[in-house]
Amino acid sequence: MASESTPPLIEFHQVAKVYGQGTATMRALDGIDLSVRAGEFVAMMGPSGSGKSTCLNILGSLDTPSEGSYRFEGVPVERLSRDQRALLRRQFLGFIFQGFNLLNRTSALENVELPLIYRKMPARVRHEKAMAALTAVGLAKWAHHAPGELSGGQQQRVAIARALVGQPRVLMADEPTGNLDSVRSREIAAMLKDFNRRQGITIVMVTHEPEMAAYADRQIHFQDGRITSNGHHGKKR
Amino acid sequence: MLWETFLLAQRTIRRNALRSTLTILGIVIGVAAVITMVTLGSGATAKVTSDISSLGTNTLHVRPGQGMRGPGGARTSADQFTIEDADAIASNVAGLAAVAPTATASSQAIHGSANWSTAVTGASNTFFQVQSWSIAQGRVFSAGELKAGKAVCLLGQTVWEELFGVVSPLGQTIRLGKISFKVIGTLQEKGQSSFGTDQDDIVVIPLRTLQRRIRGDTDVGTILVAVADGVATTSVQGHIENLMRERRGIRPDQDDDFHVRDMKELIDTLTGTTTVLTALLSAVAGVSLLVGGIGIMNIMLVSVTERTREIGTRLAIGALEREVLMQFLVESVVLSTFGGVIGIALGLCAAGLGSYFIGVPFVFKPGIVAASFLFSAAVGVVFGYVPARKAARLNPIEALRYE
Ligand SMILES: Nc1ncnc2c1ncn2[C@@H]1O[C@H](COP(=O)(O)OP(=O)(O)OP(=O)(O)O)[C@@H](O)[C@H]1O
Ligand SMILES: [Mg+2]
Repeated sequence: MASESTPPLIEFHQVAKVYGQGTATMRALDGIDLSVRAGEFVAMMGPSGSGKSTCLNILGSLDTPSEGSYRFEGVPVERLSRDQRALLRRQFLGFIFQGFNLLNRTSALENVELPLIYRKMPARVRHEKAMAALTAVGLAKWAHHAPGELSGGQQQRVAIARALVGQPRVLMADEPTGNLDSVRSREIAAMLKDFNRRQGITIVMVTHEPEMAAYADRQIHFQDGRITSNGHHGKKR
Repeated sequence: MLWETFLLAQRTIRRNALRSTLTILGIVIGVAAVITMVTLGSGATAKVTSDISSLGTNTLHVRPGQGMRGPGGARTSADQFTIEDADAIASNVAGLAAVAPTATASSQAIHGSANWSTAVTGASNTFFQVQSWSIAQGRVFSAGELKAGKAVCLLGQTVWEELFGVVSPLGQTIRLGKISFKVIGTLQEKGQSSFGTDQDDIVVIPLRTLQRRIRGDTDVGTILVAVADGVATTSVQGHIENLMRERRGIRPDQDDDFHVRDMKELIDTLTGTTTVLTALLSAVAGVSLLVGGIGIMNIMLVSVTERTREIGTRLAIGALEREVLMQFLVESVVLSTFGGVIGIALGLCAAGLGSYFIGVPFVFKPGIVAASFLFSAAVGVVFGYVPARKAARLNPIEALRYE
């Protein structure tokens, strides 16, 4: 799907993130250059504390870089206001978190509808789209169950449906299978791969497991806030 | 979007039903107190006003003595009025509808074996006019009866019932003391006065009859003066005072030995008391609304903390600051107005019961209901703002990681 000729969707130039003040500063990211093309499936790997989550949060415009520039489709994200970044996420990005972060005591369907509510979609259209997204992750039957009544793997699939329901350009996933066993992990990875291939959704996924990373087109390795390898080691499936 | 926010808020509140109920208790009590007090207060005012109006709002009472100012003894030391004083008022003061000189005596009314102690009022037909009292059965006095001081009488409802039961008293004879009176009419029922006395416990006879045959004097106890419609009672009051000072030979440096009381003054005095009371209780209610508001703020802060991860998720999905702010603000406003509505309902119920037991009319005041509603909504906005802003300003990453 991804080819060298596609223009980069995401471009990091010398991005750094500094935490703390004075002598106690800590460079969680230390001059990252990175580009992701539309339609790519990228895995981010590296030891704990190497800066993967920090990098993904900046990619997802949840956080801003301390130094450097970040362009999303040519737009300098670091210059956007808080609300403008919220609109960017609303319109173009989807998120899957390690802890699922579903709203308890509301149904799976309502969780999936949430991004569409913020897009001010009429209720009927919203229901249809959310139902379709749940069907796509194989949970149509569970639409009216609360997240607490679902298994971990099912909950993560609801989260995937929620991230994809608005047809985002990019899906950000921070250790999406960190809480799941290897069978469920493979299911999720295969599902992501499928969305990536069939709908051309760009995916950036942080993972510890090589088995998961193998589903990606490309693996980026982090070490102490720097990128150590940025190759195309992933098996093409 | 606002509707969605409203539904969401309402669901969140229902989910924590017990906590929400306790939270709004302050508002409920405050609003209920205000509604009850104002409604009962208005009822009391309405009752006092209507009672006094039934005596005649534009009526002046001219009495010897210094009225309520001096000690009770003042009355006896002052000269009594006479019919001539009443005639002088009628012929010299402009803008009057009627002048009714009256005198009273208490007496035992007897018919057959029935015996009832009552107040006998001596008056002419102008008395009924001034009191706006209509005749239920029979007729008023004839000119001849008044002039000759005949032994005829009209009975108030209570006296009639006590002496005759349900039988019509017309043409019958009753005894007042040793004298027999022919009953020529009965008076329309008036009910209790605002002072709790039974206004229907009365026998009216010609003034001359009372003076000559019961009291044995020529005194007029009270001259009732009805002021014509559209004439200011205060100016009439002044004229009467001047006239009476002149007639009674009071020197400019001396105080009046009589008083002219305006019924409006009495209304103002009585309703003034309820107004002060209402204001006082409203202040108490205001404090409880403030406490209720703080309760809401407290619970909203707890709610924001509890739902940090939810807020983080919403922010990550792309909620704007003002959308999150709105969500929590709407929630606190829904909470507080819900309290307001319950308070209004409770207050109206309590006022209904209260007015039934106290015996004042139930006066529904749409203004205070609307004001209470708006005020409770305002409490929600004011005290919900700080927690809502706290939620809106959360850092999405920290909020997502919050345990
Ligand atoms: N808010 C913060 N304040 C201070 N330091 C932080 C903050 N967030 C992250 N860090 C530091 O930045 C570094 C990178 O953290 P990050 O979460 O990106 O690591 P990671 O690669 O995702 O690790 P893991 O695999 O354990 O999730 C860590 O050393 C961490 O302590
Ligand atoms: Mg991490």
